[in-house]
Amino acid sequence: MELKMAVEKTHGDFNLQTDFTLTGEHIGIFGSSGSGKSTLVGLLAGLATPDRGEISLDGECLFSSSRHIDLPPQRRRIGIVFQQAFLFPHLSVEANLFYGYKRCDPKYRTIDPQALISVLRLEGLLKRGVNNLSGGEKQRVALGRAILSNPRLLLMDEPLSALDDTLKFQIVDYLRAASERFHIPYLFISHSLLEIRLMTERVLSVAQGRVVGLATPEELARQRMGHSQVGYINLLKVEPLRKLGGMTVYRWGTSELFVSGGDDRPDAMFELSSRDIILVKKHPEAVSARNLLKCTVVDTFPSGNKVGVELACGSETLIAEVVMQAADDLAIQAQTEIYAVVKASSFRRLG
Amino acid sequence: MLSLASADYDAIRLSVKVALTATVLSLPFGFLFAYLMTFVRFRGKAFLEVLVNLPLTLPPVVIGYLLLLSLGKNGWLGPLFDRLGIQLIFTWKAAVIASAVVGFPLLVRSIRIGMESIDRQLIHASRTLGAGGLDTLFTVVLPLSRHGIVAGSSLMLARSLGEFGATIIVAGNIPGVTQTIPLAIYDYAGSPQGESAALALCLVAIVISVVVLTCHELLSRRLTRRD
Repeated sequence: MELKMAVEKTHGDFNLQTDFTLTGEHIGIFGSSGSGKSTLVGLLAGLATPDRGEISLDGECLFSSSRHIDLPPQRRRIGIVFQQAFLFPHLSVEANLFYGYKRCDPKYRTIDPQALISVLRLEGLLKRGVNNLSGGEKQRVALGRAILSNPRLLLMDEPLSALDDTLKFQIVDYLRAASERFHIPYLFISHSLLEIRLMTERVLSVAQGRVVGLATPEELARQRMGHSQVGYINLLKVEPLRKLGGMTVYRWGTSELFVSGGDDRPDAMFELSSRDIILVKKHPEAVSARNLLKCTVVDTFPSGNKVGVELACGSETLIAEVVMQAADDLAIQAQTEIYAVVKASSFRRLG
Repeated sequence: MLSLASADYDAIRLSVKVALTATVLSLPFGFLFAYLMTFVRFRGKAFLEVLVNLPLTLPPVVIGYLLLLSLGKNGWLGPLFDRLGIQLIFTWKAAVIASAVVGFPLLVRSIRIGMESIDRQLIHASRTLGAGGLDTLFTVVLPLSRHGIVAGSSLMLARSLGEFGATIIVAGNIPGVTQTIPLAIYDYAGSPQGESAALALCLVAIVISVVVLTCHELLSRRLTRRD
C-alpha cells in the first residue's frame, strides 16, 4: 500500500496540513485527541473534503483540487471501523456483514465470507439482531462488515477505545488474525501507544494538525518514555509453567518470571513499566522481589532527565529507566553485566 | 335519536378519501423534504423552512384564499392545469390540495425528528461500505425514519380529517361533491333542526380519530418491539 496525502483543511479554529507518503501494510497514526487523526480519516475516506491538495492511494488519485477530482466514498474502496461499531440497527448481524459485500464489484470480491465469519467466530450470531450483542461482539461484526466490503485499505479509527481492557485484547487478536488471513493493509488510528505497538509496524505521529514524525512503534515508545507518566511499557509474551504459592511461574524466553496471581492460559502477555525495574550491579544476597534477572546492557539512551537502558535478558529485551545520577553511580554502559529486579506484583496482564 | 342521512355518508366517505389521498400523496414529498432539511446544506434553507412551516401559523382561511388565487382561472397555476384539462377549484381534488398544504408541515416535522435521531456515522458507514447517496437513503435513512414516518402520517391524516378553513374556500361546500365531515357539521350547526345530525357526525369524527390514533399507537409499538 502506498498512500500519498498532501492536503490542507480548515474547520473553525482547527487547521490541518499534511504532506506525507506512507508505504507498508500495517501503519499507525498516533496522536492525542484533537490532534487531527479523525479529520485525516474523514478526508481519506471521502467523508470530508480537503480545502486543497491531493490524495492518492496505490497510484490512483482519490482527490485533487487542481484536477477537480473528488471520488465519492463508495468508489474509494476504503473501509472504516469506527470507535463505536455503528451497526445498522434495523438489520440482522448477517445483513450487516453482507451490506458492503453485496455492493462490492464481483471482480474485487477476494474474501471468502465463510472463512471470515469463522475467523471472527460469528457463526452463532448471524441470525440475531444487533441491539442485544455485547460490545466485543458488535465490534467483531463491524470489523467483519468492513472487511467483507473487500476494501483495498482498512481504516481503524480508535476501534478499541470504547472497549474494556479484557475485550480490547481479545479484539486485537481478531484484528490481527483477520488482517493476516486476508492480507488487508490497514491504517490503525489511536491515541494509545500500547495499541499502536500491538497493531502496527510503522507509525505517523500527528499533533495539532501537523505530522510530527514517522518512526517504528518501538522508536516512538522510546522517544516518549521520558514524557510518559507510565514510562516505557515492556510487552512480555510468556507461557505458563507452574503455580507456586500465590504466584504463577512463566517461561519468558530463556528466563522464568514469577508473577502474582496469574493463571494457566497459554500465550499470555504482560506489561511491565520501565519504572518498575530496579537495576543492581552485583547479585544481592537476599531480596524480597521475586524476579532477579541477569542481563547485559545493550545500549543506553537519554529520555528527558532520565536514562533509558536497553537490557538483553537471555533471548529477550527489556527497557529500564534510571535517573542520571544512578546511571553514573552504576557506570551503566554497553556490555555491562547487571541484574534487573522486578517485584512479582509489578506485572499487569493484557487481556 | 342520532342517525345519518345519505349525504352524511357521502361526507364521511369524502373525508376519508380526501385525508388518505392527501397523506399518501404528501408522504414521498414530505420524506424527501425532511431529508433535504436534515442532511443537506444549501443556501436559502432557512427561507424554505419558514415557507413550509407557514401553514402552521397562518389561519387556514388565508391558505385557502391564497390557493384559490393561485389555482383559479386567473392564478399562476390555474391556466396550466386548465391546459392539461384538469379542473381543481370546487372539486374534491382542491380539498386534497388544501389538506396537503395544511398538513405538510406536521408530516415533515415528525419525519425530521426521526431523521435527526439517526447517527451520522451510520450514514458514513453505509457510504464507505459502497452505498451511494440514494442507496443509503433507501436502505439506511428510510428504515431508520419509520417511527417518524408513521407519526407524521397519522398526524397529517388526523389533521386532514379535521380540515375546514382552507377547504371551504378552495373547494366550497357542495354536498356529495366537496362536503367533508367538518363542512357538513358546519351546515347542520347553522340550521335550526340540524342539532342531532351535527352530533351524529361529531360522533363519527370522534370514532374515526380514535381509530387513526389507535392504529398509530399499535404500529408504533410494533416497530418498537421489532427494534
